[in-house]
Amino acid sequence: MIEISCLEVWKEISNFIDNDVEPELRARMEAHFKVCAHCTAILDGAHNVVKLVTDGVEYKMPDGFSRRLYDKIKDK
Amino acid sequence: MEALNPSLETRESELVQQARAGCKEAFYRLAQPCERAFFAAAMGILNNEADAEEAAQEAVLKAFTNISRFRGECKFSTWIIQICINEARLKIRKARKHLYESIDESKSGEDGDYFPRDFADWREIPSEALERKELRDALQRAMASLPEKYREVLILRDIQHLSIEETAQVLGIGTGNVKTRLLRARLQMRDALAPGIDGNWSLGRQEYAKVRAW
Repeated sequence: MIEISCLEVWKEISNFIDNDVEPELRARMEAHFKVCAHCTAILDGAHNVVKLVTDGVEYKMPDGFSRRLYDKIKDK
Repeated sequence: MEALNPSLETRESELVQQARAGCKEAFYRLAQPCERAFFAAAMGILNNEADAEEAAQEAVLKAFTNISRFRGECKFSTWIIQICINEARLKIRKARKHLYESIDESKSGEDGDYFPRDFADWREIPSEALERKELRDALQRAMASLPEKYREVLILRDIQHLSIEETAQVLGIGTGNVKTRLLRARLQMRDALAPGIDGNWSLGRQEYAKVRAW
């Protein structure tokens, strides 16, 4: 298996999380993570970001948003 | 008014037909179930509740006026999210019209590599930690610190769960650019949040200490 550099891993780390890399590249990256603590730390951190953003960012709807929208459509 | 299940595509196309014929009720039934997504898309760019509501509602009204242009090539909600993003951008450009920052930013390329600032090791974050205001505030600050073009992609992909292709369609850019921006957004978020994980997100007996790899 051809080794992959840290820089190449960083470029693909987001696609790796999204399961959007070719199987051959995935295997090379997985082999790299086994021996590179830096890249593993970046992978774990990026994973955590996705989890945090997915679960933790929410924009509370302003009270009455739906009613105001309904009224505006009605008045259009 | 009962909520519409957006997964019912045939129902959606029926409502679109009715809305095209000028039925406001049908249009509202199409738009209302997705209003949170419209608001979030605008909020992610504007970071101001009143402005985001104005932009989102203006976008929905524009969609109603221009519904004849909706050709069903994407989901109805995706089409309105695209209009919301444009409205929010318009609003922010107007607010910054005396500045050149955003123009320069939009011209900058995507080709340069992004180097992580450090290699702090995050352990798994427990879901209970999300209940903590401290972490939520840090998240909001980190989101706000992202350049607009990265924040847009992060919101559409990781909050709205649009596909790469849908995100590209909404933003009017290629899928390669979406992936590059998403990579940068996630790594910059990681850099912005990592110092906060330096033992500060510990909960109970669990500790999430920052451990340098060297």
